[in-house]
Amino acid sequence: MEIFVQQLINGITLGSIYGLIAIGYTMVFGIIGMVNFAHGDVFMVSSFIALVALLLLTTWIGIGSIALALVIVLVVSMILTSLVNWAIERVAYRPLRGSFRLAPLISAIGMSIFLSNFVQVAQGPRNKSIPPMFTDVIVVMKGSYDVTVSYKQIAIWLVTAVLLIAFWLLVTRTSLGRAQRACEQDQKMAALLGVDVNRTISITFVIAAALAAVAGTLYLTIYGVVRFDDGFVPGVKAFTAAVLGGIGSLPGAVLGGLLIGVIETLWAEYVSSAYKDVAAFSILAIVMIFLPQGILGRPDVEKV
Amino acid sequence: MPDEAAAARPNLLRALRETAVTALLAFGLFLPLIGFNTVQNIRNELVLETRWPLLFTFVAILAGLRFLYLVVAAPMLAERARTASRPASPATLPSWAIPAVIGFVLVYPLLAMLIAGPGAAKWIDNFGIQILIYVLLGWGLNIVVGLAGLLDLGYVAFYAIGAYTCALLGKNFDLSFWMLLPLAGVLAALWGVLLGFPVLRLRGDYLAVVTLAFGEIIRLVLINWKDVTQGSAGIGGLPRPTFFGLPFNASPDGFAARLGLEFSPLHRPLFLYYIVFAAVVLTAIVIGRLRRLPVGRAWEALREDEIACRSLGINTTNAKLAAFASGAFFGGIAGALFTARQGFISPESVNFSESALILAIVVLGGMGSTVGVAIAAVVIIGGTELLRELAFLKQIFGAEFDPAQYRMLLFGFAMVLIIAWKPRGFIGTREPTLVLKRRKAIDVTLVREGHG
Repeated sequence: MEIFVQQLINGITLGSIYGLIAIGYTMVFGIIGMVNFAHGDVFMVSSFIALVALLLLTTWIGIGSIALALVIVLVVSMILTSLVNWAIERVAYRPLRGSFRLAPLISAIGMSIFLSNFVQVAQGPRNKSIPPMFTDVIVVMKGSYDVTVSYKQIAIWLVTAVLLIAFWLLVTRTSLGRAQRACEQDQKMAALLGVDVNRTISITFVIAAALAAVAGTLYLTIYGVVRFDDGFVPGVKAFTAAVLGGIGSLPGAVLGGLLIGVIETLWAEYVSSAYKDVAAFSILAIVMIFLPQGILGRPDVEKV
Repeated sequence: MPDEAAAARPNLLRALRETAVTALLAFGLFLPLIGFNTVQNIRNELVLETRWPLLFTFVAILAGLRFLYLVVAAPMLAERARTASRPASPATLPSWAIPAVIGFVLVYPLLAMLIAGPGAAKWIDNFGIQILIYVLLGWGLNIVVGLAGLLDLGYVAFYAIGAYTCALLGKNFDLSFWMLLPLAGVLAALWGVLLGFPVLRLRGDYLAVVTLAFGEIIRLVLINWKDVTQGSAGIGGLPRPTFFGLPFNASPDGFAARLGLEFSPLHRPLFLYYIVFAAVVLTAIVIGRLRRLPVGRAWEALREDEIACRSLGINTTNAKLAAFASGAFFGGIAGALFTARQGFISPESVNFSESALILAIVVLGGMGSTVGVAIAAVVIIGGTELLRELAFLKQIFGAEFDPAQYRMLLFGFAMVLIIAWKPRGFIGTREPTLVLKRRKAIDVTLVREGHG
């Protein structure tokens, strides 16, 4: 029982990270109908940016308070990752708008290969690990095995919840969100009604990257290690989460992320840790085949 | 677009301002990952090192390119866009081109031996055989992606099934390569149907992601099912093709000794080269025939518009499964030939980037174009192999510079650039497979694919 609760807590933490990445997938897919294949790698790049910023602050400038350092790292990583994703959209996707339907996906696959190999060449192929921080934990359940929650985990849950609410309000309540939903439905019509389509899409990519950067920074603080090829598998799992929750739905993305995270950790604990990725990929296939509209999504009506 | 109108007149001040913005953005982009390097010190702690000169080189190059584009290229492009008319009817290959290329491929290993002498093994093996295997893979995937319009990101799974069929049956049941080759193709085709069945309803991006998942599941099973597949260590010592039972070795029963030739290590790659060449020629003929059959025409109809296709009474289920099966068949054959070339197979050879590579060959060559896919295979595989040969760069950039390291980096970058420059690939023509009087190819940009 204790182990189950502990794994549930770990699963929710991992799931929050997937959820944050999944929001990026769901928003981009919603607006331009494309699987942003490079999004997982953007997440990995953001993790590296956070790593560099953290080392800069702690070893060069020597900031005493780790909490303050982390906040600065988070902001820096969000800004620079947004810049990266903005540039990616400009270079790799915008020229292909209006091209045949597979072109952006193929460009995104090329971008994904480019990003992971760029980081490999620029920062080396090894694991980059940092010393653990915030190791304090709260014991929630005493028994044969103490169930603990670390402050980091609580911070991740809170950050995910706050960001989800903030961006959900942004999409449903502001004029930017209205513009996004308009582009989602019909780009040409939105443009005719005075929506700057290119700008709206760019902002969507920037938001997606900022959320991925939060996920990347949190990933680095929790697991303390990052590698150039860490983007692919979390990226695919986050995409699974986005589809599971219902593509286009922000709460759905987080819900899907939590489900995937919990299933993955429980599977690793009770079934087989070697096959945990197989479980995730199987969920992906099953969901896409049998529940393509997801839990919170609307069924896609086919228009001829 | 105010951007383009202004760029048409070379406005130096404006160009300079934009260049400055580009430089600033490039600085922000490259500062964290190029400007700083994370390295481990003696105590195994990560520390930062700076690389300012490298960072400023990058920024300068990008800013310079942007400036040149704004001042030189943009006005020229705008001028051309103003004067250019509709896309002209595409250039067709002269009739002697294809026989000439086949002739060249036929004598290529002999030429290599003539020029490189004993070092020809590398040219026959790494360039010749490898490129031909990728041509085969490209054509196999071209059936699924190019003809039937089903985007498959897990194609390498069938390659893996072919290769592992060879490896496991060859190891455990002592079957010869010639028994294994057709078996590999048939088993892969069977798996093509098995994996194709659940994804019949999907298309576009969703289909792509599910096939990607299938490919990854097969790879993960190959890694983790250690009792059978030996995991990441891979399986070695696989059966090599024999010449009517004569192995290619220096023993008295070997090919050279029996035929009274002097033993040469070149015999085996030479023989394998011609096996692969024969497989490629056969594949080209089979695909050419398939396209003219009802099923081939159903594939192309399916690619253009699935709903219209269904309303015309075409059985889309059968057409899709046939596409998956025949694509997988050629993938399996290619996998078997791969084991014959390497004598070794591990899950490392069948990861996602391999699928992406084959897909890139199909897309950049021009989806649906047999000739284009072959050209793309030669350019992409030959190009990345050539990078390994650029040892002289070491003298320029220092000893630790390894050009092969940049292989995938350049490849990813090229994929993005080429898809932006020529979204329809090198050869973007659609030629009807059936004609009444006159054969008339059209540029593929004029074809509008229905979504569905």
